[in-house]
Amino acid sequence: MSEIQSARAEILSRIRSTIDASRAGAAETWQAIPRNYRQRSTLTSSEKLALLEDRLQDYGAGVHHAESSQLASVIARILHQRNKKRILVPRDIPPTWLPVGFTFVPDENAAYEAIDACDGVLTGCLLAIASTGTLALCHEPGQGRRALTLIPDYHLCIVEGSAVVETVPEAIHLLESRKQHPITLISGPSATADIEMTRIQGVHGPRVLDVVFIS
Amino acid sequence: MTPVKECAAPDFPTAALPLLHDIQLRSNVRHATDVIQGKRFRVVSEMPDWQSLRETGQRTREHTLQYLDSYLEQFEERCTAAGGHVHWARDAAEANRIVVQMAQNAMGRAIKIKSMTTEEIGLNRALEAAGIQPIETDLAELIIQLGHDKPSHIVVPALHKNRQQIRELFAYAMGQPHLGDRPEDLTEAARLYLRQQFMHTPVAISGANFLIAETGGVCIVESEGNGRMCLTLPRTLITIAGIDKVIPNFRDLEVLLQLLPRSATGERMNPYNSLWTGVHPGDGPQEFHVVLLDNRRTEILRDPEARETLHCIRCGACQNACPVYRQTGGHAYSSVYAGPIGAILTPQLALMKEGQSLPYASSLCGACYEVCPVKINIPEVLIHLRGRVVNARPKYLRALDLEAIAMRGMQWVFLSKMRLQLAQRLGRVAQIPWIRRSGWIERLPGMLGGWTRTRDLRPLPPQSFREWFQKRSPLPTEVPHE
Amino acid sequence: MRIALFITCYNDTLFPETGIAVVRVLERLGHTIVFPDAQTCCGQMHYNTGYQAEALPLVRRFVEIFRDHEVVCVPSSSCVAMMREHYAKIAAAAGDAKLQADVEALLPRVYEFTELLVHRLGVEDVGATYPHRVTYHASCHSLRSLHVGDIPLRLLSKVRDISLIPLPSLEQCCGFGGTFAIKNADVSGAMLEEKIKCIQHTNAEVCTACDNSCLMHLQGAMHRQRLEVGTAHIAQILASEHISSPQSSSKRKGKIG
Repeated sequence: MSEIQSARAEILSRIRSTIDASRAGAAETWQAIPRNYRQRSTLTSSEKLALLEDRLQDYGAGVHHAESSQLASVIARILHQRNKKRILVPRDIPPTWLPVGFTFVPDENAAYEAIDACDGVLTGCLLAIASTGTLALCHEPGQGRRALTLIPDYHLCIVEGSAVVETVPEAIHLLESRKQHPITLISGPSATADIEMTRIQGVHGPRVLDVVFIS
Repeated sequence: MTPVKECAAPDFPTAALPLLHDIQLRSNVRHATDVIQGKRFRVVSEMPDWQSLRETGQRTREHTLQYLDSYLEQFEERCTAAGGHVHWARDAAEANRIVVQMAQNAMGRAIKIKSMTTEEIGLNRALEAAGIQPIETDLAELIIQLGHDKPSHIVVPALHKNRQQIRELFAYAMGQPHLGDRPEDLTEAARLYLRQQFMHTPVAISGANFLIAETGGVCIVESEGNGRMCLTLPRTLITIAGIDKVIPNFRDLEVLLQLLPRSATGERMNPYNSLWTGVHPGDGPQEFHVVLLDNRRTEILRDPEARETLHCIRCGACQNACPVYRQTGGHAYSSVYAGPIGAILTPQLALMKEGQSLPYASSLCGACYEVCPVKINIPEVLIHLRGRVVNARPKYLRALDLEAIAMRGMQWVFLSKMRLQLAQRLGRVAQIPWIRRSGWIERLPGMLGGWTRTRDLRPLPPQSFREWFQKRSPLPTEVPHE
Repeated sequence: MRIALFITCYNDTLFPETGIAVVRVLERLGHTIVFPDAQTCCGQMHYNTGYQAEALPLVRRFVEIFRDHEVVCVPSSSCVAMMREHYAKIAAAAGDAKLQADVEALLPRVYEFTELLVHRLGVEDVGATYPHRVTYHASCHSLRSLHVGDIPLRLLSKVRDISLIPLPSLEQCCGFGGTFAIKNADVSGAMLEEKIKCIQHTNAEVCTACDNSCLMHLQGAMHRQRLEVGTAHIAQILASEHISSPQSSSKRKGKIG
């Protein structure tokens, strides 16, 4: 440990030797940084939804709409179309979301192989960002631990219409209260452009992403 | 930088020469940079507040360096409180030692997320020497690793390879002689090749895009999901980050997560951004280490005219925009950091003892500054570093150096209009033997031969402008200067 | 208006025709040109190559010579960029408060030639006629340092009988870059090659720009390759009063510029 301690001391002292000793407090100086970028939305909620839909489709995600009373039947239709039968869900997912005719496997700290053996995963999310087509999960109830939305090849995510914001600053503001959580921002299915800059959907994360907006 | 290079790297013009003759490589690089630039332009153009975001980005980075000591301490305190372990490394060797020690019980292998910092310190070689096999999981890094190649771009390290070249590499390394060469085939091959590794390797090693002082959290920005695999599935996660990666507050992400993806890959947002803070019970690695690496970054901090080099958030936009990089690709820079940012970062990380030709590897066209999301004035820093290169030469060498002699000579000429006029007249005489039948100069001696390698030179005309002006009218009534 | 001309060292020595053209245009517009005879060089080459100490006396000299002039015209955007981007910093680094004050006072009165015409003199049509196919190359300094934008194109579009053809990849550097052209001759040559392909693509007879530095580099390579494309500083086009009938304008051959 002593070597590490001395590395710490040395690095900090090297930094301090370059620093203006008369500097003001960090917090107030940070507060004074000008922020003239857009921080608030100018869109109506239906415009926000339309924008989000456009962005998600641009990433190759599937977009669906449902009245909250008909959510289960919309989910059934999507899963049927995708031919997904065995679906992993967080333990605390609202039971009213789940249609009959499919096997929903609640996550009881499942091993990675068991997760991998499922056809897909169904979760909610905390919020969605319209301007960037982003879903934010902070892995609280209904969203599952991180491995759940990562290992399966298919992710079906439910977005409450009221949870859609337009800008990134609005989203970060809402995430402030969860900043100690693990946070995953998902913008479309996993992708790469490493080969000749051709965008290929799906590498290691879910290759197919479907999103349902609840109005 | 010593661990990266076993022997002195060739200077930029020398290293660039064979690359300029590699037609395939140049066409691959041109295609890739054209595509990213086009995408970047599209998604930046749709942002009416882009310049404001850049402004805040710059101010945030500048502020961070002014309080770097306190933000690092804050990060350490908060990360530790959240169950993480923070280590400090003065240089590459120290960082490698720490990582190797922690990865000892890794069952002989570790999965890795693309990290320029681990390239900088030569971590893979240190791991291999300790009997630990590093497995690169980013598609491009996998291509580099399987091909025993070197990265040529910060964001798209294998952009110098095309699909056929990658197919050959994968077919051989993965034992799949019938592999197709569509990008989909190659991506699928990588998915299958790495899937078991993700689920069964107990240790992962990552870099970091941002360390958040306020929370002690780490942010990683990626596309493929290999990053999420590495930072979620293994038991132990080791993150190595330069001390310049710290940001003050969680809220700063609202700026940086807009600037970075649009600049780096031309996406509105990259597919995955992950944030975690220490250890989260029941979710992800239960042992987490961060290594804070100096490796001469504090030396860069010491130079007020160059310290903005550390503002860099590694988006690679300057590389895509650079007309020099576009011709040569990244390998001409003989460093993990190529392009304009590499031209200022590499020599400084080497204490100006290596890479002295890099600050000159630019036409100072300013395209890098224009696209930089945190407004690093790279041309300005390049010029400053050129001055450091000149001044670092010992006095006795400068007395013999042809360039230095020429520069001093030109200055002496320019300090007197009489001498300038005399030099112009002398030039007209001295050029006579060099003028060819075409009436132009086609070959020049010495340093000037660089000009005539691809260009002719029109000879000095018989009359300078000032001579013309003097003859057409009497001298205007000016206060004489001499 | 009395306009002081800073011709720049390389235009003085290598491209007197550009200076002559600047004088013609401004005099035609009714202005008086003065040429402070002691002028030499702005110091850019020294400064940008790393010889910053050597540049300082040249900076002082320029400021001293032009300090008292109402308006200074410079037919080279890279020299103006040198002044705007570095002079204040050089003066500050020298710790010379007087020089700093002089620089600060002088710089707002220094104009690149096309800026002077449009921004200071408010002229776009300078009464020129130039019956040729022309493509405009935006030098990096005019584009990214001075942000002249479409000023040169506005001036050119008012020239009679000109046929302006846009240059593809306008924002790409031609590879000149001062001593870069010599120190990294091969890379510079590769960049140049790309630019020449774009110029050829326009099928223009003449490539013009606000900077003879880029043009010297382009002209040198096009001459080496025996291409039938000429170069002319924008001042030379704006000075041209070639009388021609519209019918014959496109067929006219011969010396250009």
